[in-house]
Amino acid sequence: MKYKSQKVAYWFFALSMLLLVLQLVYGFVMGFARIGFDNLHEFVPFNTARAVHTNLLVVWLLSGFMGAAYYIIPEEAQRELVNVKLAYVQLISLAVVGVVAVVGFHFNYWEGRKFLEIPRPLDFLVVINVLLFLGLILVTLFKGKRRTTTALVLSMGLLFAALLYLPGMLPFDSQVMDSFFRWWVVHLWVEGVWELIMGGILSFLLIKLTGVDREVIEKWLYVIVGLTFLSGVLGTGHHYYYIGVNKIWLIVGGIFSALEPLAFLAMALFAVNMYRKGEKKHPNKLALYWTLGAAIVSFVGAGLLGFAHTLPQTNLYTHGTLVTAMHAHLAFWGAYGMIVLAIISYSLPNMTGRKLYLTPRGRAAFWLSNIGMIGMTVAFGVAGVAQVYLERKFGMDFMLVQKEISIHFVVLIICASVFTTGIIMYIIEFYKHGRPTDEAMEVSIQ
Amino acid sequence: MLSKKQARAFFLGGTLVTFLIFIGLTIYSFSKGNDQSNHENITESVVRGKKIWESNNCMGCHTLLGEGAYYAPELTKVIDRLNMKYNGQGEEVIKSILMSPVPWQPNGRKMVAYEMTEQEAEDVVEFFRWIGEIDLNGFDRIVSPLAKEDNNN
Repeated sequence: MKYKSQKVAYWFFALSMLLLVLQLVYGFVMGFARIGFDNLHEFVPFNTARAVHTNLLVVWLLSGFMGAAYYIIPEEAQRELVNVKLAYVQLISLAVVGVVAVVGFHFNYWEGRKFLEIPRPLDFLVVINVLLFLGLILVTLFKGKRRTTTALVLSMGLLFAALLYLPGMLPFDSQVMDSFFRWWVVHLWVEGVWELIMGGILSFLLIKLTGVDREVIEKWLYVIVGLTFLSGVLGTGHHYYYIGVNKIWLIVGGIFSALEPLAFLAMALFAVNMYRKGEKKHPNKLALYWTLGAAIVSFVGAGLLGFAHTLPQTNLYTHGTLVTAMHAHLAFWGAYGMIVLAIISYSLPNMTGRKLYLTPRGRAAFWLSNIGMIGMTVAFGVAGVAQVYLERKFGMDFMLVQKEISIHFVVLIICASVFTTGIIMYIIEFYKHGRPTDEAMEVSIQ
Repeated sequence: MLSKKQARAFFLGGTLVTFLIFIGLTIYSFSKGNDQSNHENITESVVRGKKIWESNNCMGCHTLLGEGAYYAPELTKVIDRLNMKYNGQGEEVIKSILMSPVPWQPNGRKMVAYEMTEQEAEDVVEFFRWIGEIDLNGFDRIVSPLAKEDNNN
């Protein structure tokens, strides 16, 4: 049985796609500025483009997670969402806050703290928005006929994500303290509670797509999220090596962040094994591509590439270089971008009734976006390693090094174009599905 | 074979224990005798400088303590570096860039022209000076040739 209130997810996904396109536009502005074409400097200087690019990333992923929750929770709790109108109010207010923040960034209205640039008054609106969202999700879950592990893990991830936003709002006079608690938000989101959200969505998709017993999948979900927190919480220490805090973090951060790939490895093995074990042949192959892709690419991007520069001895040289950008792009894409696209690919045919399961365009979207992103990661990686050697080892001036490595940003722009082509194809496919209908929800495949 | 109940206990127990250790280490890091963040030398001017740093999103191009956008130079120990380059005139150079009505563009890469007042520029310099005195567990030697030389002597 499906629930009509799940349709609200569609609009969160649509907002997500719109913001993703905008994020890419600002990414190109930055890419071109790096190779000398900074023609928009008067209107969109690099720091504006950068703030818009990273904040839109956060908001399109959050909008995707919220859409995923509005789709998954009613189905898991076996009841309609408690209040659909409030869900639409929450969607509109999220969009308004996002638009005001992005416009504000163009007029020097920001906080200038990496990833948390949204100015303080808007922070409070974000908190109200997220409280409304959590209220709707948790009350639905509480009043539901059943409380599954998948729903609990997903809700717990969303609840912790909201709570962890608060340390980022604390005012400090010290740059060190500011940075220290900023990572409570950014690291514990990205390498902690967001993995819970990812795990919850992954678990839901694997149950639906592979037909493997829920008890088996949910047992392993606990193990994976357990590994995530066991390594990820103390792994925060890898951000504390060189920002002015005690040396103890060199040891603690070094050991625990080196363990972080284990959670991603477990997630990849888990997804592939469940796929092999599954006897159900769900016709939505594209959703399966994105689901397995998310599990595997997140292991490479977040796990392996994170490990590549997480030890203090290596990080001493790579800290504050483009090596970080290499890791960040593939990690965000694999772990969070792809899982959002997976749940969209799974739910869209169910909500709209158009079964565009594995069209040539859908397949091309998957491969082009992934090939493009891998190319971008390599370009960032080569530029980053060259920067480390020239600047940090041989003492060359920062700007001279930037000139030397600018060719890699030409490669980056070419690969980003391939990636964008894939994303545009995905969005065309999204559009071709049409709007969600009540009839579609009633007859959709379980 | 692991049961679902055991798996849940692993998740909840592991999370609780690691989070408590994390809180404990945080308190330890900023306790007297272990705090190396140069907190005692924060002046009103440094705080004003930090506010200017944030309100103009300088981290959107530069890096500081290794954190930022990798588009413009790292500014930890920037005064030392510019002192070397401009015969001890590092602070003056920074102030002139911040007060300039036209964009500073070394090697063609443009910086926003902030047109700061002398006081604002002085506050930012104070902020950089304070940053330069933080014990960074050796990172300062990597980003500053002068600090590296000092360390070798």
